[in-house]
Amino acid sequence: MNFKLIINIALHLLRARLKQTVVAGVGVTFGIAMFITLVSFMNGLNDLLDGLMLNRTPHVRLYNEIKPSENQPISYAENYKNNTNFIASVKPKDRGKAIYNCKSIIHDLKQDKRIVDVAPKITAPVFFNSGTIEISGVINGIDVLAEEKLFKISEYIIEGQIPDLLENNSIIIGKGLANKMLLKKGDIIKVTTSKGNLASLKIVGISQVGISEIDDVMSYTSLVTAQKLLGEPTNYITDIQVKAFDITTAPALAKEFALKYDLDAIDYQTTNSQFETGSSVRSIISYAVGIVLLIVAGFGIYNILNMMIFEKMDSIAILKATGFSGNDVKWIFISLSMVIGIAGGILGLVFGYVFSSIIDVVPFNTAALPTIKTYPVNYNPMFYVIGITFALVTTFIAGLFPALKASRIDPVEIIRGK
Amino acid sequence: MSNIVLETKGLTKYFYDPIQFQVLKSIDMSINHGEFVSIVGKSGCGKSTLLYLLSTMDTDYEGEIYMHEELVTGKSDKELAQIRNEKIGFVFQFHYLLSEYNVLKNVMLPGMKLNKLSEEEIEHNAMQHLKTLEMQDQALKMPNQLSGGQKQRVAIARALINNPLIIMGDEPTGNLDKKNSDIVFDIFKHLTQDHNQTILVVTHDNDFAARTQRTITMEDGRIIT
Ligand SMILES: Nc1ncnc2c1ncn2[C@@H]1O[C@H](COP(=O)(O)OP(=O)(O)OP(=O)(O)O)[C@@H](O)[C@H]1O
Ligand SMILES: [Mg+2]
Repeated sequence: MNFKLIINIALHLLRARLKQTVVAGVGVTFGIAMFITLVSFMNGLNDLLDGLMLNRTPHVRLYNEIKPSENQPISYAENYKNNTNFIASVKPKDRGKAIYNCKSIIHDLKQDKRIVDVAPKITAPVFFNSGTIEISGVINGIDVLAEEKLFKISEYIIEGQIPDLLENNSIIIGKGLANKMLLKKGDIIKVTTSKGNLASLKIVGISQVGISEIDDVMSYTSLVTAQKLLGEPTNYITDIQVKAFDITTAPALAKEFALKYDLDAIDYQTTNSQFETGSSVRSIISYAVGIVLLIVAGFGIYNILNMMIFEKMDSIAILKATGFSGNDVKWIFISLSMVIGIAGGILGLVFGYVFSSIIDVVPFNTAALPTIKTYPVNYNPMFYVIGITFALVTTFIAGLFPALKASRIDPVEIIRGK
Repeated sequence: MSNIVLETKGLTKYFYDPIQFQVLKSIDMSINHGEFVSIVGKSGCGKSTLLYLLSTMDTDYEGEIYMHEELVTGKSDKELAQIRNEKIGFVFQFHYLLSEYNVLKNVMLPGMKLNKLSEEEIEHNAMQHLKTLEMQDQALKMPNQLSGGQKQRVAIARALINNPLIIMGDEPTGNLDKKNSDIVFDIFKHLTQDHNQTILVVTHDNDFAARTQRTITMEDGRIIT
């Protein structure tokens, strides 16, 4: 088959019906542009909301939970070994929150190929003293550099610098806490631990996560400062935070590590299940709307081609009389449709990109998200690939049926009809 | 190779709508190379129907059609299209040009479809044909800018572009005045005499028929002479 000639004929037929062609093309352009814009924006939002939790939450967290011993003393007694024992009034056993052997566990985890990195952490409940009042809160002793690498905490520091935490006896406190206690950067804050230790720490920064329950109680300090504050040795760690390369492996990793290191482990999915559902619903909605738009555009093409075939009966009869087969005629109309699809689709991608860029610069200020200044947009090239593929598939199908109809036109009937 | 360009054996056709009706009744005919043949007969006797069968556009018939002793009957749509493209030039009563292309491109199109010569050669040949039909000045006009007689001449040039075995015409002068039909007749005459072109024309014009080499008369679906 001579495709050059077939495309040439298709283009001439299109040019003779320029207005309808443009209308059909605009339909596709609009559909694709909307699809790209919607999907980019929705995914931008998803990323933002995911990031809100994902970036702040370890994929796997290893810790010691306060719980009753799994093996009560009676199960060690030979006499009652084969009995079913009921024990009333079991109390939890405090094995201490410290993770024993944490150095070697961390070393071991760092060797693991599935893991990006590991950040040790100490969490401890404390009281912040301001004059006569005491406000309860939490102090997080963090490995400043590892924490920054894994969880980008600097994004939530609205005053001060993360590296300042490396100084001895420095602390970054939540915005809510600072507001309540009328403290600002550079002030000194008094902290009392649950064991009664008292320390004065210098505020080197203010953090704001955007969730007031966190901002009202949270504070950060270095591991060393926290250990000193709590009166614990330098190997005292309460949490090991793990970030995996592939977040979907987190539940499996959690199980594996819990067993291997005899610790409690919780994975990201368990902690944040409600976020996942929200994200997938938003994705589904945006894809559904985009696809509906394209199907509407497809029907537009279908109608216009049908109309064109009706008008071009004579031309089709002449083509067939002069030696074009039904198959040639079919390809003429399919390429006609594909030309509309390709031109409309590519323009749609361009407009989709332009619209996304416009959304990208629209100001979006919310107290909850201090680092976000404009609406979020995800420019994933995959959306553009999906968009153009779908445009081509839709226009091909929309063109196929009219093309088959055209290929079956009997030239004798048309010529006789004159 | 024998001298017979086109031959039919027992060609029979029925129409079934609205009632069964036999249009063609076992037609046997043959046309020799270089002949200029006309078909005449009363309106409705089946001349056009016969021509559509011979042109391979209508395949719903009984009997056999041979072109150059090759059986045409029963070939696929694709093969028949190839035959129409290469071996048959068709001229209709109404001009039937593609309104999207100019005169030159209209003439070139079957040549481009055949794809045996380069575009330049096809264009050269098309201009040559337009020149012999005294249409070279109109080559770049669109079909709707031409008179009826001029359109018919373009259609003839298009029929000639692939050097067909046979040119078929269904009342090619039916829509033209005396002067223009004389021009078309002279062109056909010139083609048979100078280029040994085989031509088969259905006509109502007795004058026209009388001047052809051989006249086939049809009546009621049969050939009577
Ligand atoms: N599609 C059809 N369905 C049924 N009958 C048809 C059809 N086409 C033609 N006929 C009939 O077949 C007969 C032959 O028609 P045809 O067009 O071949 O006549 P013709 O000899 O060319 O006439 P004219 O000189 O008027 O052009 C006519 O009686 C016509 O009514
Ligand atoms: Mg007729």
